[in-house]
Amino acid sequence: MSLVAATIKRDLLLAARNPGEWLNPLMFFLMVVALFPLAVDPDPKFLARIAGGVIWVAALLATLLSLDALYKSDVEDGTLEQWLASGESLYLLALAKALVHWLCSGLPLTLMAPVLGVMMALPQDAYWAMILSLLVGTPVLSLLGSVGAALTAGVRSGGLLLSLLILPMYVPVLIFAASAVYHAGIGMDYNGQIGFLGAMLALAACLTPFAAAAALKLNLSR
Amino acid sequence: MLDRYDNNSVSLAATDLFCERDDRVLFESLSFAIGNGDLLQLAGPNGAGKTTLLRLLAGLNRDYDGELLWHDEPLDDVFSEYAARRLYLGHSAAIKRALTPIENLRWLVSPWAEQANISDDELWQALEQVELGGYEETPCNQLSAGQQRRVGLARLDVVPAPLWILDEPFTALDVYGVEWLEQRIQRHVERNGAVVITSHHALQNIPSLQRLDLGLLAASPSRSDAVSDAEEGAS
Amino acid sequence: MWQKLVRLYHRLGSPKWFYEITSGWIFWLTLVSVIGCVAGLVMGLLFAPADYQQGDSFRIIYIHVPAAIVAQSAFMMMAVSGAVYLVWKMKMAAWVARAVAPLGASFCLIALFTGAIWGKPTWGTWWVWDARLTSMLLLLFLYFGVMALQRAIESEEASHKAGAILSLVGVVNIPIIKYSVEWWNTLHQPATLKLTEKPSMAPEMLWPLLIMIVTTYVFFALMVILRTRNEILWHERKRGWVQELPEMLGGKR
Repeated sequence: MSLVAATIKRDLLLAARNPGEWLNPLMFFLMVVALFPLAVDPDPKFLARIAGGVIWVAALLATLLSLDALYKSDVEDGTLEQWLASGESLYLLALAKALVHWLCSGLPLTLMAPVLGVMMALPQDAYWAMILSLLVGTPVLSLLGSVGAALTAGVRSGGLLLSLLILPMYVPVLIFAASAVYHAGIGMDYNGQIGFLGAMLALAACLTPFAAAAALKLNLSR
Repeated sequence: MLDRYDNNSVSLAATDLFCERDDRVLFESLSFAIGNGDLLQLAGPNGAGKTTLLRLLAGLNRDYDGELLWHDEPLDDVFSEYAARRLYLGHSAAIKRALTPIENLRWLVSPWAEQANISDDELWQALEQVELGGYEETPCNQLSAGQQRRVGLARLDVVPAPLWILDEPFTALDVYGVEWLEQRIQRHVERNGAVVITSHHALQNIPSLQRLDLGLLAASPSRSDAVSDAEEGAS
Repeated sequence: MWQKLVRLYHRLGSPKWFYEITSGWIFWLTLVSVIGCVAGLVMGLLFAPADYQQGDSFRIIYIHVPAAIVAQSAFMMMAVSGAVYLVWKMKMAAWVARAVAPLGASFCLIALFTGAIWGKPTWGTWWVWDARLTSMLLLLFLYFGVMALQRAIESEEASHKAGAILSLVGVVNIPIIKYSVEWWNTLHQPATLKLTEKPSMAPEMLWPLLIMIVTTYVFFALMVILRTRNEILWHERKRGWVQELPEMLGGKR
């Protein structure tokens, strides 16, 4: 088994052994969404209007929470050194890490979102748009975030810093995804938005692993 | 151990290595060669650049002047070939504490697993060799620091690499562990393998030991100025 | 031609050459900045006709637009210097990138601040989620990110490289962010008055603007040079040529 496959397998195994790592962001997702009706207005008509945006903002924050740990332990315990020593392409490894991150964060978020849609009085027509936008959009969050995680892996209390670096870059995903959900809710076409998300995913999958690989090497230079 | 490997010849040559960190010269005009049957210990006080040199040799760090050749070709050009024939054991053992020794070992040998056809049986045996028999299925966070180090060392028995590069491998080992590792290193050298090692350990039980002292270069601070000025003149 | 460029590149890589050659530029750049600023502002504030829709309030354009343009160019410059540092390991490029970051952020702030002042008479409120202003705000966030990252990483070299990587990722992202913000804006705020979208500007209005844009670039260049010279002095402080500089002798005790 190659190092890339072994790493995917090992990281999934680690996620299974430490369920808190991916469950905690999910609970955070749930709680943040629950705050909005409490803080603003529980009126279903109002909630339906903001549901897509709120769910997406919460998903984005939950993703950021779980990103901090993506490379931190690998840098500390020498895993990164072994990667570099193996001569295996760091591009593939960074892509693999982003994939594992998505499987443990974006995918569960997507699966849980319909429940939150019910809580937020999401219009019937918007469910597919929400699931589709999360399915296409959250991998972009994982990929872009992996660059930030690689850049801040060696920094103490890098979690907050990571959010500063990455949040502005998440804006396009947020805009198109939230608008897809909103437009679906008022019975309009949302193919364009999903198309843009898809284009961003393709671009991110091609480019971000390069940046993440370059950033990872910085954590070793001494 | 080495016989199943098609090309066991080791030829790593350093020519005129120069390395500085944060405007401090760690070493300069450093030349040496490592071949089959060599055991080279990098020695020197803290901060002398032992680990830095070891990382250069392992190919983890490309920030140096001079040449590093593997079979007469620049290390970077033949890196994947080199990586397959060289085992690097870092200061940190790359052990995930939530996983068991056998799961950790599977990941550690994965770069070689396909080509060398390493079976799971061999891994279990290797763990037994480092006295982790019975602990194979215990998560590493319940093992002692020394036992965790041994998981990393178990690789030495399985991975078919003729050149070992070991960074402080004796850390956290008990007397028996040290003795086992010394024997293991000696056997590797006797079987025509090559070892480069940093250690504060004396290693006096291994006869063919060569030492490379780095401390002398770092000792004189005036030197760094001299070199910087010369370099500036060149630029 | 090519050889000349190569030679220029090698010279740019030498901090000593850069420091010495720019010593003579500072005076002239300052002079051009002052003259350009006075000329542009006098023409813009006193002689340009008032806008038929916005009256005199439009005159803040002579600060707002140049600041916004330079803030965007500064990000490009930061990313390009970062790339030069990553690829050719030229230390000077890293120092320039570090010098540019806070300047770019400052011009961003100026653009946002003047935008708010302009917004008050135009829209009746200090802040409107206008596409350009929002893009500018996000650009400011990107600058914050780069600066925070550079500060957080202890190793000098790693912090330069990390900043370079982040600004390159940022440069790829900026057009996407700009486009998405514009798209979002047309969706939510159809047909409001855009601050700077004029079908055509009268030449008496346009000339002062062009002068101010050029002047702001010159001023920015001056600031970059001054800050880079500081970086050079700090990093080369142990070298002989810095210690022999006349301006350094006074400080020695």
